[in-house]
Amino acid sequence: MNYKMIGRFLGQILSIEGLFMIPAALISVGYGEWNTVLAFLITMGAITGTCLLIFLTCHKAPKILNAREGMICVGFSWIVLSLFGCLPFVLSGDIPRYIDAFFEIVSGFTTTGASILSNVEDLSKGVLYWRSFSHWLGGMGVLVFLLAVSPGDKDTGFTMHLLRAESPGPEVGKLTPRMRKTASILYIIYIALTIINIIFLLCGGMHWLEAICTAFGTAGTGGFGIKNDSIGSFSPYIQYVTTVFMFLFGINFSCYYLLLLRQFRSVFRDEELRTYIAIVVVAIVLIVLNIRHMYSTLEETFRHASFTVSSIVTTTGYCTTDFDQWPAFSKSIIMFLMMVGACAGSTGGGLKVSRLLYLLKSLGRNITQVLNPRRVKAIRNNGSVVSQQVLDNTNAYLAAYVSILVFSFVIVSLDNNTIGTNFTAVLSCFNNIGPGLEAVGPTCNFAHYSNLSKLVLSADMLAGRLEIFPILALFARGTWKH
Amino acid sequence: MNIIIAGDGRVGSTLTRQLSTEGCDLTLIDNDRTVLESSIGRYDVMSIHGNCASMSVLQQAGVNDTDLLIAATSADEVNLLCCTTAHGINPKIHTIARIRNPEYTEQIYAMRDIFGLSMAINPEKQAATEIERLLNYPGFLRRDIFAQGRTEIVELRIDANSKLCNVPLIEMASIVKCRVLVCAVLRRGTALVPRGDFVLQENDRIFVTAPSENLTTLLNNLGIITRRVRSVLLCGGGRVAHYLAASLEKTGIKVRIIESDRSRCEELCALLPKASIVHGDCGDLELLEGEGLSKCDALVTLTGSDELNMIISLYATNREVPQVITKLADIGSRTVLDTLNIGSVICPKELICNHIVRYVRAMQNQTGAALSVHAIADGQVEALEFMVDENTLHCGVPLRNLKTRPNVLIASIGHGSRTEIPNGNSSFQLSDTLVVVTSGRGVLKQINDIFM
Repeated sequence: MNYKMIGRFLGQILSIEGLFMIPAALISVGYGEWNTVLAFLITMGAITGTCLLIFLTCHKAPKILNAREGMICVGFSWIVLSLFGCLPFVLSGDIPRYIDAFFEIVSGFTTTGASILSNVEDLSKGVLYWRSFSHWLGGMGVLVFLLAVSPGDKDTGFTMHLLRAESPGPEVGKLTPRMRKTASILYIIYIALTIINIIFLLCGGMHWLEAICTAFGTAGTGGFGIKNDSIGSFSPYIQYVTTVFMFLFGINFSCYYLLLLRQFRSVFRDEELRTYIAIVVVAIVLIVLNIRHMYSTLEETFRHASFTVSSIVTTTGYCTTDFDQWPAFSKSIIMFLMMVGACAGSTGGGLKVSRLLYLLKSLGRNITQVLNPRRVKAIRNNGSVVSQQVLDNTNAYLAAYVSILVFSFVIVSLDNNTIGTNFTAVLSCFNNIGPGLEAVGPTCNFAHYSNLSKLVLSADMLAGRLEIFPILALFARGTWKH
Repeated sequence: MNIIIAGDGRVGSTLTRQLSTEGCDLTLIDNDRTVLESSIGRYDVMSIHGNCASMSVLQQAGVNDTDLLIAATSADEVNLLCCTTAHGINPKIHTIARIRNPEYTEQIYAMRDIFGLSMAINPEKQAATEIERLLNYPGFLRRDIFAQGRTEIVELRIDANSKLCNVPLIEMASIVKCRVLVCAVLRRGTALVPRGDFVLQENDRIFVTAPSENLTTLLNNLGIITRRVRSVLLCGGGRVAHYLAASLEKTGIKVRIIESDRSRCEELCALLPKASIVHGDCGDLELLEGEGLSKCDALVTLTGSDELNMIISLYATNREVPQVITKLADIGSRTVLDTLNIGSVICPKELICNHIVRYVRAMQNQTGAALSVHAIADGQVEALEFMVDENTLHCGVPLRNLKTRPNVLIASIGHGSRTEIPNGNSSFQLSDTLVVVTSGRGVLKQINDIFM
């Protein structure tokens, strides 16, 4: 294990975070919130100090990362990012307790959107912006950003291990030979879509800061609202725009790249995209049928149903209505959508549609083989055979997913809440959604949980965003031994 | 520059390492997932799994905006098909194919035209040519040629009884009685660019720049036997042996090949009418003695096993065979090899890679770019050849008034057909060729980079 190398890497990540705090500080200056400005300045000072210390000790470290160090770097950098990122919350006095602030920023970076705040509208504007911006940065990933901006065309030592560890999905591939170019393309698509979203929101008459914050939450599929009732009090136009953009950010970004390359056929034929659309359409139809008598008009029913489905399946977590009041059937569909999540390679969380497809297909193969033991069958995705290695990884992923879910559920149950509350709280955090049901439903928050539960839920959020293994690797004994 | 490498085997992975540090955008194609996995884990490259000769795979690899395709799979036919297909899709692409079958090698020039190849590479043939050049001047471990053969950088090893042992470099001219320049010294695995007061020690490997016509004088005055090689013993009868024996036969050198496979011996007999072929195990030292090991002028180990090659070479140097050349498929660690006395080391894979890297550099040729690049001293030092053109700075200025970058040395100046080993008063003129030695890799992109 090369600690200096990891240290240097963390230094780079931290300096990026420090730079991104400048706009937030400027917004605070604009609104005259001098307390918040001071909080940001102190945090940036602390980050600069830490970075200097790191660069002084570690600047000579070699650059090549192997698989293990890549994993550790990713896991560590997200934790360190959160440890420093929550300082403005504490120092500005908006969230006085450190553990609450930590929960809040982890929820931000992992694009979960679970909050411990009951009154969001009271926050200072700079903190509000930083909170939403954490979604945007966490959505595509800080390391991917680092890869995109790291200078030079020569070998920088950044290899597939990093992209793999941070990008969601069972099979992560490059779009172009160079890592730097791949990362740049991803970020350019991401920024372009975000800007289009902001323009649409501004057309609906939204205030510019609200538009930016809402768009950040949508783009990262995060879901921190800027109003106490999330998107509920905005006009139907804004709700529809947000519905569409949440859906768009849940699509695999390589699809957009293929669209740019004019390969419409392969996008249209993409199995994962088709399944994703099918799941969304079926879920909307079923929920509309189930809740048709709850709202006055069909339009309103459709609007709430489609918004909620789009918000939950992409693991955003915005809401326009309290879906905890819906009938049991609709709520169970929502729980199913929570687990499925968005497409691989998007900013969404969850199990991912492609993993679900692989799992169902291998289940089908196993059933065939039980009936016909001599039958040899390959599993295909978009026409090409999926390697056994990928299938094994997917199975292992499911095993890890379920065991973490159960383990966290048991610990969180130490707090005296109903089983429904605890289970959906874990489900919602682990899949990076935000709201759950009952006491953590759309109108409630996570403030009532104990410190232990908040830590466990924070770890769940990190594990969910980084697809478990980088976080599990931090706890594995083999990682720290030679 | 976008490059596709088809076949991620020995040559493919060495190329990947070298070209990715050169700053090229690489895409690898192979039909074995495991090798691809290990490559994308180590280098910043993209990989495509599949048959490199298939159109859809090539298209997936982005053949349309690729500048160069290097086909280095194990099958010649696949390489050719791969190159032709790529050419069909993208007529502007340059293609390099590895062609190893001797039957094809004879017709390689015709094939190059028919298949539209930019270059055909043959590691075994290249190795044979290299070995033959070494046999022409026994005593040099390696020769790199510049300025169309007028200047060379040769590698010598300092033995305990060498005339150069414990001699400072300034006194070297009086010993060798001709103008040469030691441009790099490899001592215990690290390369140094020496100054005049540098004292040579036993086991140093020195890299000497000299005009080609001075090489014989250099060897004579160093007391290294320069008797022409008359008889060579080849251990192992593979493709390298075949190519080498065929060209040695033409110059009248007696060749004896020991090969352990009976049917291969018969094949070789048919292919090489003048060579004597012996059926036997090269590892059998008594057999080697019986075949005249101690009487031959040179021994070349060419078996398929690196370990066996090293052992035979060790034995041969011990028995004081004047020249020993060892072929190794893989040079694991140069520092370890240096401790063994196994003569010159030839690694076909590295030869071919250097060749291709030179081609890639030439493709990127802007004004003032290097004409050729040679990696010497285990790749720690680069020797580059530049042409002085009208954009070059400091034409006609004596070198002692020039400020060059640290670790950069102008090793020779070629004025037309005359090669000068420069001193402080020398200067270069338009259309001269310069050989520049630097210990930083990839620092010099064009000629003006050598100045501060």
